[in-house]
Amino acid sequence: MKIKWAMLAAIFTIVTVLTGCEPLAVLNPKGPQAETQADVIWLSIGIMLFIVVAVFAILIYMLVKFRASKQSDDYEPPHIEGNVIVESICVGIPVLIVAFLSIVSVQSNYEVESSPEGYGEKEPLVVYASSSNWKWHFSYPEQNIETVNYLYIPTDRPLEFKLYSYGPITSFWIPQLGGQKYAMSDMVTTLHLAADAPGEYMGRNANFSGKGFAENTFNVKAMPQAEFDEWVDEVNNTADPLTEKEFDQLLEPGHLGQLTFKGTHLTFLPPPSAENGGHNHGSGSADKHTEMSGNSDNESDSGHSDSHSDEEHSDH
Amino acid sequence: MKTDNTMPLEYKTEQSRLNIFGFWIFLGAEIMLFGTLFASYFTLEGRTGSGPTGAEIFEITPVLVETFLLLTSSFTIGLGVHAMRIANKKAMLAFFSITLILGLGFLGFEIFEFIHYVHEGAGLQASAFTSILLTTLGTHGAHVTFGLFWGLFIILQVKKRGLTPETANKSFIFSLYWHFLDVVWIFIFSFIYLKGMM
Amino acid sequence: MDFFDRFAIPHPSPIIYASMVAIGLTVIAIVAGLTYFKKWGYLWREWITTVDHKRIGIMYLLSALLMLFRGGVDALMMRAQTAVPENTLLEAQHYNEIFTTHGVVMIIFMAMAFIIALMNFVVPLQIGARDVAFPRLNNLSFWLYFMGAMLFNLSFVIGGSPSAGWTSYFPLAGNEFSESVGTNYYMLAIQISGIGTLMTGINFIATILKMRAPGMTLMKMPMFTWSALITNLIIVFAFPVLTVALAMGTMDRLFGSNFFTTSDGGMDMLWANLFWVWGHPEVYILILPAFGIYSEIIPTFARRNLYGYKSMVASMVLISLLSFFVWVHHFFTMGQGALVNSIFSISTMAIAVPTGIKIFNWLFTLWKGKIKITVPMLYSLGFLPIFTIGGVTGVMLGMSAADYQYHNTMFLVAHFHLVIIPGVVFAMIAGMTYWWPKMFGFMLNERIGKWTFWFIAGGTCLAFFPMFISGLDGQARRMYTYSEATGFGIWNMLSFIGALGLAAGFILIVYNVYYSTRYASRDIGDDPWDARSLEWATHNPVPEYNFAITPQVNSSEAFWDSKKNGHKLFKGPFKEIHMPNNSGMPFIMSILFFVLGFALVFSLWIVAIISLIGVFACLAHRSFEKDHGYHISVEEIEKTEAERGGAEHENR
Repeated sequence: MKIKWAMLAAIFTIVTVLTGCEPLAVLNPKGPQAETQADVIWLSIGIMLFIVVAVFAILIYMLVKFRASKQSDDYEPPHIEGNVIVESICVGIPVLIVAFLSIVSVQSNYEVESSPEGYGEKEPLVVYASSSNWKWHFSYPEQNIETVNYLYIPTDRPLEFKLYSYGPITSFWIPQLGGQKYAMSDMVTTLHLAADAPGEYMGRNANFSGKGFAENTFNVKAMPQAEFDEWVDEVNNTADPLTEKEFDQLLEPGHLGQLTFKGTHLTFLPPPSAENGGHNHGSGSADKHTEMSGNSDNESDSGHSDSHSDEEHSDH
Repeated sequence: MKTDNTMPLEYKTEQSRLNIFGFWIFLGAEIMLFGTLFASYFTLEGRTGSGPTGAEIFEITPVLVETFLLLTSSFTIGLGVHAMRIANKKAMLAFFSITLILGLGFLGFEIFEFIHYVHEGAGLQASAFTSILLTTLGTHGAHVTFGLFWGLFIILQVKKRGLTPETANKSFIFSLYWHFLDVVWIFIFSFIYLKGMM
Repeated sequence: MDFFDRFAIPHPSPIIYASMVAIGLTVIAIVAGLTYFKKWGYLWREWITTVDHKRIGIMYLLSALLMLFRGGVDALMMRAQTAVPENTLLEAQHYNEIFTTHGVVMIIFMAMAFIIALMNFVVPLQIGARDVAFPRLNNLSFWLYFMGAMLFNLSFVIGGSPSAGWTSYFPLAGNEFSESVGTNYYMLAIQISGIGTLMTGINFIATILKMRAPGMTLMKMPMFTWSALITNLIIVFAFPVLTVALAMGTMDRLFGSNFFTTSDGGMDMLWANLFWVWGHPEVYILILPAFGIYSEIIPTFARRNLYGYKSMVASMVLISLLSFFVWVHHFFTMGQGALVNSIFSISTMAIAVPTGIKIFNWLFTLWKGKIKITVPMLYSLGFLPIFTIGGVTGVMLGMSAADYQYHNTMFLVAHFHLVIIPGVVFAMIAGMTYWWPKMFGFMLNERIGKWTFWFIAGGTCLAFFPMFISGLDGQARRMYTYSEATGFGIWNMLSFIGALGLAAGFILIVYNVYYSTRYASRDIGDDPWDARSLEWATHNPVPEYNFAITPQVNSSEAFWDSKKNGHKLFKGPFKEIHMPNNSGMPFIMSILFFVLGFALVFSLWIVAIISLIGVFACLAHRSFEKDHGYHISVEEIEKTEAERGGAEHENR
């Protein structure tokens, strides 16, 4: 059976590539949450490989042994009902595997849903990350600054992201720091991350959100606390303040480069609260969106996205 | 066609039995339909946005009248099916007619109730709560409206063709449908109106 | 002219204009051909109005194949666009429309139609019935499905296709962010076709539970019939949820209600929940009949009975129950907390146990068998390893913490394609090849069929394995392009080559049908595969009444028993057979539904109201209609039986 070997080969290729010199983002964690997840992924790949190999082995054995061409013409296969012992094994082993994986799953889920440990008494840095078509706004209430499409974070300190959206459901994702979480328009979700190593990481919206989705990315730069503080000071000294009018313009559908502001939009446009489904920004921004998308015709929008990707090129 | 004389008229032919069985499965699907509406209602109940809440717009009197009308109609259609079983065509037609008149009364009150809601600012577009409220009630109301026409056709057929295995089968299935609407209403009454008013 | 502006395509492109012309020419060619060959009457009498489950099955099959190619072209365009970084073949909007229609067409209009095609053709024959319980309803089901499919495809040339993904998450799919009528098409076309599917569900439950041949207890039903029963139960319980969700979505878009909006209390995740409460059972609606097909094919070509019949049934029941309790795993990342995620993570992984039982039972069916590799068997044997890989990656996705990293990535895309393609598509092709001789009286060419298999199996592996890697490297799904620096290029190029392999395979299927229609032998007897279940006890071609005498059944492999152990299937003399009349009413009603759907898409209220009244008029007509069917006389039956001869005579 050619295909069996082809597939075995494919699996080996995958494994080699996965363990190869250029590690894949998800399997190259730079923070505790991503590390937990990578561990779970490796563990499950291992166990699943065992199952796949078992199935392949049985299948190959059956095909080699019981081909019609290998048997006499007058051989009549017997009538065999199920066998309790065999079937118990077929149930038992998967049950044990699933039970084991369940424990791992529950444990790791609680782990990634709580603030990462091992950072002493350090308070988490709270960052409000909100999305609008097709941008990310990062508000640092503690530092009183706001950025668009880029995120500076200190290393060795827990991070607490508060996520919400001005528009479609989006998903905040920095693969090397940890898994994603949805940002929605009527509630705030919380994502706990932390970065151990300084460096630049890719972040993006992972949940399809319309025309500009592919370019809905942001750059993440992790740096030591001192350097981070320096950056905060610099922003506070040089950046323009973020006004309500300015922010309304930022919310218009389209792509923007990286922007930096003093002050955050949280002061004049608080994040949604789920009570009564009442969220003040919701109704207001919804009306604006309709208006704006009504005005912007398609040519100008696609022009927008083109110029953006050009920008991206020059950045690289 | 196979017939079985030990069975009541509506179960006599094989196709009749299949029809009734099939209709029960359909009612199973209907339970899921209303179940989904109820689940959505409970989810959105508190999400009134800038619109009114249930306690602000519900009024007990029309709801009680509607409940009375529909429950009575469920009773009278039961009597109608009983009359059909003892082959009393005249009584059966009378009870079916009373059922439909009661149903019509129910519908009248419900339309009145809807107009009231719209006047109170609880139209379909007011909030997630009013959307799901009017949709759930409206789905039930649409079922009743459909039932009124259906019942009317059945009365006409029984009148013209008499009580045959076929018409009896149709009448019986219609009675199942009508009872089902009654059951749904009991849930609407308890979990939408009473719960909302408390 | 304002009135006509609404029908314009918002994002026209040469591809769309070309398809408009192509569609126009095809329609003209079909109409002209039918007129020239004077086939209108034939088409109306023998096909459009038919209530015969076999013909309805064949119509479903043809529609499904048509949709397979429609969805396949979408897939090819997607893979072509992403084959190289920064590709400009398609614009973002166009790409979004294509992956949306690819998903909807493949799931709702291709896979659903395909399984219903095979259920229609096979189930009544397998249980020894004359037809389904409600033959006319069956015709209506088909036409509602067909009109839904046509309405959906119309979006391509009139008004614009939906572009919010096949899951159509709100608020993206709401008026705020999707202004074209595309999503209206989505809501209404799926609704119309869904009503048809729901009726199929009711129809087949009644058929299977009430119309089995004497002696066929539940635990003596062939496995495909078992899978059809369970599938239809899931349909009846899952589809009403979709009906409600679609109705809410339609109202949000057309009447300004606030179910899923971002204002006045609307709740976007309610759509996601309702969608997946239907959507996950839907996955099993597709896969269980496929399991049933494999459970027919593997014993036939291993020449052995199915291993572990009881555990096969039990596992299907368990899967169907569990399928309703796992929907949250489609959005572990919604932020509902670790407790909820843990519960759904465990229930999701639990499905692996009954599925595993089935895999091992198929493997053990091969044990001590006498395996003959035919085309249907080849697909079944290819299914086992590829599906296992797809399945175990499903368990990996079921681990909620890790899912935060897989969610919305190509890893997920790889997983569900590696489950659905070997699970459903392989099964459909295998089932089609297996039952083809019963349907059309000749066999598909084995040599071309084997070539096709290798193209399709190889193409599947090549197209989807690389996605595991690019997913783990951070490639999100549904991106119309990516930069070169990401390094995704190589994996996407491999996928594209795999997709070309798949396309070659599907073209070979068409060629095989053409080739076999022309050259295959018509002298194949009634039982060319030496099979085991009742459908092979009928003549070739199957008479309209299926069985002249209702068979007596003593085991789940009644026909095998009659061949090998001398069990007598057909006892007693011929009797007059009652048959249902054909009816044009379901077709007319479905046309009215089509008009209603189209009018609602474009908010043409007057047309909508008129067609809705028309639908009710059809129902009223049906209520008053006297339709007692007709009878086939004993002489006629004798004549047909003598002409077709075959297995029944040998057994009598």
